[in-house]
Formats: sequence, C-alpha cells, structure tokens
Amino acid sequence: MKRTVPLMIVMVGGILMMVQYFIPHQYSQVIFNNYLEWAPIVGAFALILGVGSLTRLHTHKIRRKAQNWQYSWAVLIPLFGMPLFALIIPQSLGGGSDVHGVHDFLFMHIQVPIQSTMFSLLAFYIASAAFRAFRAKSALATILLLAAVIVMLGQVPIGDVLGKWLPNTGLWILRYPNLAAKRAIMLGVGFGMLATNLKIIFGVERNWLGGAGK
Amino acid sequence: MYDTIGIWVGAFFTLAIYSFLYKENPVYRLAEHLVVGISLGYTMVLIYNTVILPKLLEPLFAGNHWILIIPGLLGLLYITRFIPSIAWLSRYPIAFIMGTGMGIGFPLTMKAYVLRQLEAAMVPLYESGMPWYEVFGNIVMIFGTLAALIYFFFSKPHKGLFFGTGSKIGIWVIMLGFGATFGFTVMGRISLLIGRIQYLLGDWLHLIE
Repeated sequence: MKRTVPLMIVMVGGILMMVQYFIPHQYSQVIFNNYLEWAPIVGAFALILGVGSLTRLHTHKIRRKAQNWQYSWAVLIPLFGMPLFALIIPQSLGGGSDVHGVHDFLFMHIQVPIQSTMFSLLAFYIASAAFRAFRAKSALATILLLAAVIVMLGQVPIGDVLGKWLPNTGLWILRYPNLAAKRAIMLGVGFGMLATNLKIIFGVERNWLGGAGK
Repeated sequence: MYDTIGIWVGAFFTLAIYSFLYKENPVYRLAEHLVVGISLGYTMVLIYNTVILPKLLEPLFAGNHWILIIPGLLGLLYITRFIPSIAWLSRYPIAFIMGTGMGIGFPLTMKAYVLRQLEAAMVPLYESGMPWYEVFGNIVMIFGTLAALIYFFFSKPHKGLFFGTGSKIGIWVIMLGFGATFGFTVMGRISLLIGRIQYLLGDWLHLIE
C-alpha cells in the first residue's frame, strides 16, 4: 500500500497516457479529456504543501525568536493578506469595487518592481562574471569572448556605426553556430528526458517516493 | 492618488533592491521577504480563481459532475504529508501526476526535442541563388550539430580522426554558442536595467520624458 500502489499508479497511468497518444480512438480521447480536467485539480492542491511548509518554517522562526525572525512577518502577512484582500474584501482603496484593490496594489507596485529590479541587478553581477570568465587565457575563452562581444555590439546602435558587418556577423553567429550548439544540447536533453520518463514509469527511478512513512 | 502612491512605493522597493549593491541591509531583506509572501499569496488567488473554483467547486455545486470528487479527494491527500503517521498517502496524488505526466511527456518530448530538431537540421547545403554566407552557415550548422553531439558522446574516448577531431570542433561550436547566449543574456539584463532607470528618472522623478 505504501510503495507498491503508488508505483503501480505511475506505471499504469504512464503507459495509458503514452499509448493513448498513438491511438486516435474516441475512448482514448475520453480518457485524455478526463485527464485534462483532473490533472489541474490534483496539481492545484500541491500548493497547500508549499504554503504549509513556508508557514510552518516562518511561524517556527517567530516562536523561537530565531535570527532575523522579524522578517518572517514580511512573508506571512502578505501570504495570507493577498487571498484575504482578493477573495474576502476585494474593495478598492477608494472604497469601490474596481480593479484598484489592495491585492492589485501589492502585486503591481511591490511584486512587479521588486522582481524586475532583481533581474536587472544581475546586469551588474553578470558584468563582473564576464570579466572573470572572458579573460582570454586560451583559444576557447577567446572564441567565447569574441562571440559575446560581437553579439552584444551587433545589437546596439554603436555596432552599426562601427561597421555594417558587426550586426550582420552577430546575427550570423546567432543563426548558425549558436543554433548548432543549442540543437546538440536540446537533443542531449531530449534523450535524457526520455530515459528519465521511462525510468520513472517502470519504477527504476523511485526517488520521488521520498521517505514519508517509509 | 492610487498611481502616485504606487509609483512612490515601487520606487522605494526598486532602491531597496539596488541597495544590495552596497551591502546586504535590513531594507533589502524586507523587500526580499515581501516578494516571497506576495508571490505565493498571488499564486494562491490565481490557482483558486482559475482552477479550484471553475474546474472543481462550481461544477460540483452545480450538481452534475460528482465524478470530480475523485480528483478533489486525491488532491486533498497532499495534506497528509503534514501528519507523519499517514504521510505515505501523499504519494498517491504525486504518483497520479507523475505517472500521467511522464506518459504524456514521452511522445511530446520525442517530437519536440528529437524529431523536430533532427528535421530542422536537415537543410540543403546549397540551393541556386543562395548567398555564400548562408551556404557556409548551413555547413556550420549541420556539421557543428554533429560535432557538438560527438563532444557530448562520452561512451567512446575522444581520440582519433572521428571522435578526436569531431569533439575538438564540437567544443569550438559550443563555445561560440555559449558566447552568443551570454551576450544575448547580458543585453536582456541591460534592457531591464534601462527600464528600471527610466522608471526612477521618468515615472518617479519626472527628470526625463
């Protein structure tokens, strides 16, 4: 019951869904359509695990007054405040019921700026990483450096000023050698995914069972 | 008023994140923790509004889709993860999602990652009227893909004319690809940085148009 039944569910579900793809019969379509209805419902409940774990971690920190425990409130208050303001009191800041509610405000004016700033922050770190990675110590590092510089200069106005060949070469690198490398990597990833799929379906790979209840 | 307060709050948190460039500080930590809570809270609302309500609760309460009790109960089994004595029951919904996902994923992966890639790599090296750089590009793309695949083939030692030379050409192609990808990523991040600076100097301080 604890390990065999889940492994059987995986095997039967996996083979059934794999086979239905190749059999365009109405029964297989019914199975597939039911799956499309059921899978998001089952998957949605997984969010409870995430919310539960995060809540447990932060309430534990607050109770033990662990280091930086005050910041745990900054996680818990919006975590439960967002659903509260969206579903229970969705009124706007002005008192009406238009889109300018607290939920909308928190998302548009805190979440969005913080996330895009965090990604833009990487521009600074990527510059220092580039300095370390691109020191032309070998022929391969020189190729890496040249490709990156040509692609970067090819996309800014100064590249056009330096010569028409620069944006054209940048585009050529992106369209041919870059595509060749990406395609080889994608093929490798694809074969890896196929092997992993089969290993999970046939119960060779069982790490997903975890250690719950042994 | 709503927009003005929003822009000030947005500017405050933008600067809070940039303050990390100096060193880690309490304002940055506050912003970092807030974003975790808000994004998960937002996801909860999104999942409820797009899945739980229209696909489970509404059909169930309409009284004509009682079969949906099965995925609902299966999903609820996730909660048993928090009760150690019956935590193993949480494997059932995981097994359902895992098994069916793997089964559906197999032919799709085969199609998207293998067959389509092979199909797209089979291009004519030369056609009449094709400019020289396209001919050269096609040669680089076809033989570059083969060479990069040889580099990733570890079951044979990279020695000799085929495996040795092939893997050497392969690593050159891979480095060109990595360089181009890196350059592309840098440009993307710089665009985001420009966007944030425009937000601070334009929307917030009105120093630029």
